Amino acid sequence: MSVLARFAVTALSAVPATGAWAEQSSVNLQTPVTSVATEIYDMHTLMMIICLVIFVAVFGVMFWSVFHHRKSKGAVAAHFHENTMVEIAWTVIPVLILLGMAWPATKTVISMKDTSNPDITIKATGYQWKWGYDYIKGEGEGIKFVSNMSTPQDQIQNRAAKGENYLLEVDNPMVVPVGKKVRILLTANDVIHAWWVPALGVKQDAIPGFIRDTWFRADQEGIFRGNCAELCGKDHGFMPIEVHVLSAEKYAAWVADQQGKLAATKEDPTKEWALADLVAKGEQVFAANCAACHQANGQGMPPAFPPLDGAAIATGDKAEQIKVVTQGRDGTAMAAFGKQLSATDLAAVITYTRNAWSNQTGEAIQPADITAVLN
Amino acid sequence: MSAVTPDQVHDDHHHHGPTGLMRWITTTNHKDIGTMYLIFSFIMFLSGGVMALTIRAELFQPGMQIVQPEFFNQLTTMHGLVMVFGAIMPAFVGFANWMLPLMIGASDMAFARMNNWSFWLLPVAAILLIGSFFVPGGATAAGWTLYAPLSVQMGMGMDLTIFAVHIMGISSIMGAINIVVTVLNMRAPGMTMMKMPLFCWTWLITAYLLIAVMPVLAGAVTMILTDRHFGTSFFNAAGGGDPVLYQHVFWFFGHPEVYIMILPAFGIVSEIIPTFARKPLFGYASMVYATASIAVLSFVVWAHHMFTTGMPAATQLFFMYATMLIAVPTGVKVFNWVATMWRGSMTFETPMLWATGFIFVFTMGGFTGLICAIAPIDIQVQDTYYVVAHFHYVLVAGSLFALFAGAYYWLPKWTGVMYSEFIGKLHFWCSIIFFNITFFPMHFLGLAGMPRRIPDYALQFADFNALASIGAFGFGLSQLIFIVAVVKCVRGEGKKAAASPWEDAQGLEWTVPSPAPHHTFEIPPVVK
Repeated sequence: MSVLARFAVTALSAVPATGAWAEQSSVNLQTPVTSVATEIYDMHTLMMIICLVIFVAVFGVMFWSVFHHRKSKGAVAAHFHENTMVEIAWTVIPVLILLGMAWPATKTVISMKDTSNPDITIKATGYQWKWGYDYIKGEGEGIKFVSNMSTPQDQIQNRAAKGENYLLEVDNPMVVPVGKKVRILLTANDVIHAWWVPALGVKQDAIPGFIRDTWFRADQEGIFRGNCAELCGKDHGFMPIEVHVLSAEKYAAWVADQQGKLAATKEDPTKEWALADLVAKGEQVFAANCAACHQANGQGMPPAFPPLDGAAIATGDKAEQIKVVTQGRDGTAMAAFGKQLSATDLAAVITYTRNAWSNQTGEAIQPADITAVLN
Repeated sequence: MSAVTPDQVHDDHHHHGPTGLMRWITTTNHKDIGTMYLIFSFIMFLSGGVMALTIRAELFQPGMQIVQPEFFNQLTTMHGLVMVFGAIMPAFVGFANWMLPLMIGASDMAFARMNNWSFWLLPVAAILLIGSFFVPGGATAAGWTLYAPLSVQMGMGMDLTIFAVHIMGISSIMGAINIVVTVLNMRAPGMTMMKMPLFCWTWLITAYLLIAVMPVLAGAVTMILTDRHFGTSFFNAAGGGDPVLYQHVFWFFGHPEVYIMILPAFGIVSEIIPTFARKPLFGYASMVYATASIAVLSFVVWAHHMFTTGMPAATQLFFMYATMLIAVPTGVKVFNWVATMWRGSMTFETPMLWATGFIFVFTMGGFTGLICAIAPIDIQVQDTYYVVAHFHYVLVAGSLFALFAGAYYWLPKWTGVMYSEFIGKLHFWCSIIFFNITFFPMHFLGLAGMPRRIPDYALQFADFNALASIGAFGFGLSQLIFIVAVVKCVRGEGKKAAASPWEDAQGLEWTVPSPAPHHTFEIPPVVK
C-alpha cells in the first residue's frame, strides 16, 4: 500500500533541487568523511563525467545513424569496410584516456595502503555473525568487546515497526577519536568476512588465520554505519558495523568509562557459582552467541544446525560438550568459543544448555572446569 | 546402425535410424544436438529465473517475508550456478553446434559421438545441481563462487554441486575440443581462416579459453572436496593452507569464464549487424585481433575480483592497469559495430533490434566495468549491488540479448518458418524496458551502500528494491513471449521461410534450404 507513495518520494528525491538531497544521497556514494573516501568520491565523479562524454559521443553517432541511415528513408549502403587511420585513432585515444584515469587512481591506491604510524590500533575479528574489537595500541589499549546487531527479531519478522537504523545498529559500537589515524587489523574466526564502512572509505576482508590491515582518519565527529560485505553464511545480512567518531575529550571519557567497567566486571575464574545463577547468566550468553543457529527453543535448524534440546551432547558426558564448545567442530558452522568467551560465560552457557528445555541434568559446570580444559 | 555413420549418403526423405525418444538419445547429428542444447539451456534459464524471482519477491520490501536467510543464500547461489553453467554456456554451445558446420561448409562436427556424449552429460549434471535442493541441509549456500572456507562448512548439497561442476566441466571441455577441431580441419575448400564468419572466430577463441580454464575450476572444487572429506588443508590456515588461495584459483578460471560467456555473443552480433545494415562488417581483421587480445588479457586480470582481500599495492596496481587495458579492444569492437551501421541501409527486424539493444546496454555494462576496474572505487563498490548491476548488464543485456538476437536471426533456418515480427518485437521491447527497470536502480543501491547477497536491507534502500522487484517480474514474464514465438515457428504457423529469408544475409548457412535438411554439405561447397 505504501509502495506507491514511496515511489513518489523516490521520484522526487531523484531531482537534486528538492531538500531530500541534502543529507545523504540515495543515488551516489555516501558523503565521505576521510581523505581517502573523499578521493574515491571525486574519482568516481570524474569517471562518471568521462564515461558520460564517451557515451554521448558514441551513441550520438549510433542513434544518428539508426535514425538517418534507414532503408525506409532511402539510404543506400556505402561499401567501405576498413580505414586504418580511424582504427589506429580509436585504439590510441582510449589508451590516452585510460592513462589519465590511472594516474589519480594510483596515488589513491598508494595512500590507502599506507598504514604506517597509526595513533590507535584496533583489531577487528569477524565471527559468524558479529564483530569483536580489541584496542591493542594507543589510547584505550586493553579495551575489548563484542559488537552484535541490536535490531530486535520482532522488527525483522515484521511484528514491530522498523526503527530508523534498522539492521545498521549494534549494541557496542566501535568508538574512535576524530582526526586520529586509526589502523584496523582484521582477522576472522571461522569464514571470510569483510569490514566495510562506506563513509570512511574502508573495506577490507577479514580472513581466518591471517591478519590484514587498513586505516582511516575521520575528519568529523558522527556515527557511521556499514555492513559485513563478504558472504559469510546464514546471518551475513545481520552483522552491521557502527563506528562512533568522538572528540578527543569525549573519547578519553569513553576510554575511562570502558576501563572502569572492565575492571569492575573482571571475573574471578575460581569462583564457585550456584546453579540458578549460572543458568540465568547462561541464558543471556546463549541468546547472544548460540540462538542464531541452535534457536532460542533449542530445536536448531537441522541438519545444518542440530538441536540441543534432548541431544546427547547436552545431556551426556560434560567433558565432551566442553570440548566441542571451546574447540568447535571442524567442517561445520560450530565455532570454537574457547577464545571468544570468558571461562565464566562458557561455564554458564554450558550449564544453561544442560538445564534448559527438556534437558534437566541438574549439573552445574563451574568456570574452573572450563579453565582446566583450556589450559 | 546407419544413423551413426555421418559420411553415409542419405536421402532426406528416407532417413534410417531410431525414432521417438531413441532418436534424440542416440543422435550424432549436429543439428539435433544443437536443438537439444538450446532446449536444455532454455529450461535451465526458466529454472534460474524462478529462483531470481523468489529472491526479488523476498527483497520487495524490508523485513523477512517469504524465505528464511539460509534458503535465500541457497537461491542466490543456485541462481548464479544455474544461469552460468546451465543456461548461458550451453546455449552458446547449442548455437555453435547448429551454426558452425553450416557456416564453414562442413557436413557435421568433427567428433559426432563425443558431441552426443557432451550433451547428455548436461542433464545429469543439472539433476545433481537442482536435486541438491532436496537433500538434507539443502543446496549449497556459499555463493556461486563457492568461496572457502564457507563452502567447506556446507552440507551434502555442496558435494552434489562439486560433482555437477565436474560433469559440466567435462562436457564443456569435450564440446570445446570438438569446436576447435571442426573449425581448424573441416572448413570447405577456399574458406581460409580470415574468410570465416566472425562467429566462427569468436567461438574458436572461446573454445581455447574453455580448454584452458575448465580444468582449473575442476581443480579448485576438488580441493574443496578433499578439504571437506579427506582431511587436507588447502584452504585452512590451521593446517598451513590459505583461504585466499581458493579465490586466486577460482578467479583464474572465473575471469576467462566471463569472456567465454561474451565472446560468442560478440560473434552473433557481428553476423547480424552487417546483414541488416546491408554493408560488410567494418574492420573484420581488427575484430579478430580484438577478440584474441581480450582472450589473452583475460588471463592476467583475475585478481581485480579480489581487491579487498588485502593485496600489496604493487599487485593491486598491476591488476588495475591490466583490467583497464581490456577497455581498449572492447571499445574497438563497439566502434566497429557503430561504423558498420554508419551509412548503411538499415532495417530493424527483431534480430537487429536485439543486436542494437545489445550494443547500447552492453556498453553501459562496459562503462561500469571500467569504473569497477579502478581499484580505489572498487573498494567501495565491491560486493555491493553496483557489482550486481554491472554483471547483469554484461551477462543479461550482453550474452542473453545476443542469444535472443541469434535465435530470431536463425529461427527461419532452423524451423523453415518466419517468426511473427510482432511477437518478436514485443519480446524485445518488454525485455529491454523491464531489464533497465530491474537493474538500473541497482547501481544506485550499490553506490549508496547496499551489500549484495543479503536477504534483508536497511530502510533507505526500500524504494529502489521495490522498483527492481517489479521490473524483475516484468522481465521474467516477458520471456514467456519467446516461447510463443518459437512454438508458433515449430508448429509451422507463419510464413514459409526462403533459403535466405533476409535481404542481404551473407554466409554459407543461407545457401541451404530452410529448414536446413538433416544432412547438409555432404559435398563440400567451394568458397571463392
